Amino acid sequence: MIPLEHVLIVAAALFSLGLYTVLARRHAVLVLMGIELMLNAVNINFIAFAGYADPENFTGQIFAIFVIVVAVAEVGLALAIILRLFRLRATANLDEADSMRW
Amino acid sequence: MTGIDLAFYVLAGVSIAGGLGLAITRSVVHGALFLILALMGVAGVFFTLLADFLALVQVLLYAGGVTILMLFAMMLTQVREQPEATNNTQRPWAAVASLGFFGAITAAIVVTPWPRTLPEGAQHVEFVDIAGTLFTRWAVPFEIASLLLLVALIGAIIVAREATE
Repeated sequence: MIPLEHVLIVAAALFSLGLYTVLARRHAVLVLMGIELMLNAVNINFIAFAGYADPENFTGQIFAIFVIVVAVAEVGLALAIILRLFRLRATANLDEADSMRW
Repeated sequence: MTGIDLAFYVLAGVSIAGGLGLAITRSVVHGALFLILALMGVAGVFFTLLADFLALVQVLLYAGGVTILMLFAMMLTQVREQPEATNNTQRPWAAVASLGFFGAITAAIVVTPWPRTLPEGAQHVEFVDIAGTLFTRWAVPFEIASLLLLVALIGAIIVAREATE
């Protein structure tokens, strides 16, 4: 069987790649994709712990369902904000959306 | 090593390759396609970890919904005319931060004693069990989640619509 460590390390690698995408990219849609990748890495952890530590109640799987719900709501809203940003500023570059900058 | 183990390592490699492609590609559209690859790999990983329902939800919602929505947003924001800037000074710092994070997490995972394998007799979780638990023990969070989806729906329409006056 698959050792739990391997699952967790895969999830950590996906999370780190998503983190890099969020930090290094400037295009708003790419930053959103990085966030999605991080949320998926967290879901892998939830499901791994549901299977390995709590197979009777599978609470982790229920948690993962709620994470997916919130992630999808977040994508819808974020894309609406990106569309509005593009209409106002004619750009999707986050560095140019600085009108609230101190 | 059984077939399911082999499938796990192959699918984990696919999803990490997709994530790597997303992190290093220059084109936003290629980024979306790499994201689809990564999310499908994650769906397969869910399946090898006995979560059939979530694997299906992952394919339907992410590969079918979220990435298509993102491609729509790219089409409407005309990303083709605005290639990603190449003189990005944040990149080395981002690499240091994410590699440092990965190293710290991996070290923590390796030194912690875990239950090594799936318990004997672990089964794929049946859809009917998930539904039963979701509508009894987790009924209140379920209702709150539906309210959240409604609010996000209305909010997205209000934010994205054209000003009419």
